[in-house]
Amino acid sequence: MDTFALLLQGLAVAAQPINLLYALIGVTLGTAVGVLPGIGPATTVALLLPVTYKLDPAGSLIMFAGIYYGGMYGGSTTSILLNTPGESASIVTALEGNKMAKAGRGGPALATAAIGSFVAGLIATIALAFLAPWVVKLALAFGPREYFALMVLAFVTVSAAFGDSALRGLTSLFVGLTLGIVGIDLQTGQARLNFGVPDLLDGIEITTLAVAMFAIGETLYVAAQGKRAPETVEPVRGSLWMSARDWARSWKPWLRGTVIGFPIGAMPAGGAEIGTFFSYATEKKLSKHPEEFGKGAIEGVAGPEAANNASAAGTLVPLLTLGLPTSATAAIMLAGFQQYGLQPGPLLFTSNPQLVWGLIASLLIANFMLLVLNLPLIGLWVRLLTIPKPWLYAGILLFATLGTIGANPSLVELGMLLVFGLMGFGMRVFGFPIAPVVVGLILGPMAEQQLRRALAISQGDVMVLVASPISATLLAIAAVALILPLVLRAMGRGRILSEVATDND
Amino acid sequence: MAPGAMRTRERRRPDWAALLVAVGLLGLAALVAWDASRLGAGGAYARVGPQTIPYAIAICLGSLSIWTVFAAYRHDFPKRDQQDPGPVLWIVGGLLAQIALIKFTGFSIATGVLFAMTARGMGRVSLPLALLSGILISAAVWFVFGRLLQLTLPAGPIEHLLVQGAELIVAPFKAAPGGAV
Repeated sequence: MDTFALLLQGLAVAAQPINLLYALIGVTLGTAVGVLPGIGPATTVALLLPVTYKLDPAGSLIMFAGIYYGGMYGGSTTSILLNTPGESASIVTALEGNKMAKAGRGGPALATAAIGSFVAGLIATIALAFLAPWVVKLALAFGPREYFALMVLAFVTVSAAFGDSALRGLTSLFVGLTLGIVGIDLQTGQARLNFGVPDLLDGIEITTLAVAMFAIGETLYVAAQGKRAPETVEPVRGSLWMSARDWARSWKPWLRGTVIGFPIGAMPAGGAEIGTFFSYATEKKLSKHPEEFGKGAIEGVAGPEAANNASAAGTLVPLLTLGLPTSATAAIMLAGFQQYGLQPGPLLFTSNPQLVWGLIASLLIANFMLLVLNLPLIGLWVRLLTIPKPWLYAGILLFATLGTIGANPSLVELGMLLVFGLMGFGMRVFGFPIAPVVVGLILGPMAEQQLRRALAISQGDVMVLVASPISATLLAIAAVALILPLVLRAMGRGRILSEVATDND
Repeated sequence: MAPGAMRTRERRRPDWAALLVAVGLLGLAALVAWDASRLGAGGAYARVGPQTIPYAIAICLGSLSIWTVFAAYRHDFPKRDQQDPGPVLWIVGGLLAQIALIKFTGFSIATGVLFAMTARGMGRVSLPLALLSGILISAAVWFVFGRLLQLTLPAGPIEHLLVQGAELIVAPFKAAPGGAV
């Protein structure tokens, strides 16, 4: 069956009233958490995992994907009106968007962000639908060694290739890999790193780690900053509508942002924020009004906002086709699949096409919902920004602990939440990125399994890892991605890399 | 990002806190290696057993620890702002209180205390008001997630009251068809 027929079939699944409802809940929650500082899509999906345990898999996954997309839309609102990015993929938006809002052009800034997100989300989701079957065909030829090489590449790009320090990225990654060892070894049944605590035999829950590191770590960090930098919400003055000139200046950046963002998300190259920086740099270079950059150029909002939504869709390509998460949110969505006993990968496309194509199709629908939520209803979201900080963070901690208690009401689990929360706080203070820890925890055990399988087949011969052209190429790219940034930084060219720092989500 | 002027200024003293990170990494490496050393080999294909990857990770952690020592002497870590310990202690205290209380008082009271202490840590709020609203919100959350979505959330006096109250309200509706039979 060709992609078109499959997509139509998916639309039939996605258009079922119950799935529409899940999508609506997802995009609404996603927009809310995107708007709120201190809580991002990764945390929200992690919080919801235990709650959705008893629900229908397709519906929950549609909801999670809606949260991911919604987070990308909502983040721009905070960036533009508050100058504090709601999530990391919207940092660049704050550069020009907040300047526009201060100049009384907040309306057009919000509009170009929302419409750009819509255009990019639509094109990128269709690209996802057409690219996925190809990757699936390719992935069928993958054996354990190819998967291992692919995961090594993901490790490198998530931790060391971008960001301002390979040292800190790799440290975060290895802390995550260490946490991944905890529990029973699947092949020999021996307990590793559990120190006699029975609660640790099942390993460390990815949801506990993510909630602790993102929600609790961030709360402690914000609390420790005290009352620095009073925040002011820029009111949306004037019309929400873009003038003809705004449209003329926006449509090309939207398309360019999509073209930049999608491949970066689709390659195992880390989160959505990287594409936004490239898009911003491109728009600045191509603009006919370079003098406006830094003072509120609409291109600087349109491009990056399109790029981050396109990246979010791109991230779903390796997640669905290879089971390979390349961002914190994708890592937790993978945990979501596993919760229902589903393993994303080429087999899922044949064993469960209804679910996969329903999910992809629901993203198209979610995009339309998000456009409505984010343009006419923008005033509602702005209100969220006026919740006083004490109540906001008290509420975040309430829900953070609720998810953990609901998943496993044990004191050990709550203790881990506190310990990892303090660790997340410490890592923020020292400038260690958080996402590599989460990705390391979920991908580490998978990589170990593939490596041991590959070596068992070859009877311990390590050379087998580079004996296939695919795995040799992937490992070579990983080596370049690890070494090249080190050389660039040593030569004093590291500035551009630190600008594309991978942070949350 | 530290301003360039700060970086070029010569500082001979190492970054002590960063050295502490290096010590922590070394300790973690030793722990992982020690744990791996007591594992048995994995049967026939003993070359790659359950201890292979832990050893590899321990070696990498050790190397990263040495790298961190160099970074500490070269002041490669970003400049850290002064951290305010007060609010952090309030929130950590709240989390500890929740852990200590939850088995005895149930979800609502324990989480209400967490809510109040977090709010107090984040700004000037009246503690009794925060506690009251925290307990009320937590009780509502318990009812929705514990009863309706069937999560297992620990119950205490407030939760029992809630359940009894709910049954009292529902009772007449339930009794009516039952009584008619």
